[in-house]
Amino acid sequence: MTATQNQSTDKKYLDTKMVVKVYGPTYASPKRVLACLIEKEIEFETVDVDLFKGEHKEPEFLKLQPFGSVPVIQDGDYTLYESRAIIRYLAEKYKEQGTELLGKTIEEKGLVEQWLEVEAHNFHPPLYNLVINILFAPLMGAPSDQKVIEESDKKLEKVLDVYEERLSNSKYLAGDFFSLADLSHLPFGHYLVNQTGRGNLVRERKHVSAWWDDISNRPSWKKVLQQYKYPV
Amino acid sequence: MVVKVYGPHCASTKRVLVCLLEKEVEFEVVPVDLTKGEHKDPEFLKLQPFGVVPVIQDGDYTLYESRAIMRFYADKYRSQGIELLGRTAEERGVVEQWLEVEAHNFHPPAYDLAVHVLFAPLFGITPDPKLIEESEAKLLKVLDVYEERLSKSKYLGGDFFSLADISHLPFLDYIVNKMNKGYLIKERKHVSGWWDDISSRPSWKKIIQLYPPPV
Repeated sequence: MTATQNQSTDKKYLDTKMVVKVYGPTYASPKRVLACLIEKEIEFETVDVDLFKGEHKEPEFLKLQPFGSVPVIQDGDYTLYESRAIIRYLAEKYKEQGTELLGKTIEEKGLVEQWLEVEAHNFHPPLYNLVINILFAPLMGAPSDQKVIEESDKKLEKVLDVYEERLSNSKYLAGDFFSLADLSHLPFGHYLVNQTGRGNLVRERKHVSAWWDDISNRPSWKKVLQQYKYPV
Repeated sequence: MVVKVYGPHCASTKRVLVCLLEKEVEFEVVPVDLTKGEHKDPEFLKLQPFGVVPVIQDGDYTLYESRAIMRFYADKYRSQGIELLGRTAEERGVVEQWLEVEAHNFHPPAYDLAVHVLFAPLFGITPDPKLIEESEAKLLKVLDVYEERLSKSKYLGGDFFSLADISHLPFLDYIVNKMNKGYLIKERKHVSGWWDDISSRPSWKKIIQLYPPPV
């Protein structure tokens, strides 16, 4: 890519500060990216996108993110979307600085990938349903689906039982090291523990509870919470 | 030490098998009969605590989640076989983006269609016509975005074949060849051309021949 080649030869390019732009910082998924940027000591700026006003469906935004979701980042002339893709990209590209978020070996990285996938496919879907039906439906004047809430509660409990077993044998999800896999749980985990009235799902599980306290007390996460308020 | 792959007949496992073939990594398979509930046996749950396939064993290293396994092998065997992660950090980022799009936008409605149209009798559930309709509508919108992307780019990640394309093979095969919903793909010129290209790869043809799905 031309940008990478220019970086070593073009002093003017080097002197220009390229700051990563992150769209939609107030919402949950973009907070994965913000936490990662802080852990990796990467400078960034944010651009607000008002989902309640439908700004994510406007033609200008759809040019950046054709599915109409946040986050999306711009790194110079490079655009990327999907929060879990962005954090993988950043963790890889900035491997030499900040916190190591991918483990030390290829096998450790594999386990990070495994638990990132578990978060995406097992933890996220039921929790997302709970957040939409319990927190956002009332805000939008939409009905809450009790059946979905019940099914999601059951699914999440089963998933957290597996997490309890795992975290009784391992300090963090992928091993004895903090990684993208743990980080990925912060934004919606925050809703679960603090706002859905289901904090007990975490607190009743000794190792999940301790793990949650550990990861949510990291300075990076506390900074994200302090600077970018959730919409509810 | 040959990689052991559990559940070869299932769609998700095929992501892993295609990846291993493309990376020229030897493997053996261990069938898991879902209709007999073998994926919920205590012995299997020790390997994969969520009770799903695939899971791999590589010596004493165990790994599950098909997209994690693909990434692991594409990384570990970077220097052999086909490059499946792009050439630069930026190209890899785009591969990761489309892998996530497949996982979050394409897969959920495609999976719901497969379960309700193809596997309902196998899983003992009643097909839900409303869900089938909604899933197809969601898929249409997603494939419109793919059509736009593939009108500018030969493959999803760029001008190179990657994990992002592999990830779509198993459920696209169900849609095109097993569900009579091939029109979803065929009606979109660039999606159709892309499907023909990726499904003609020797790796895919070999896997689908060796491990036919249970329909």
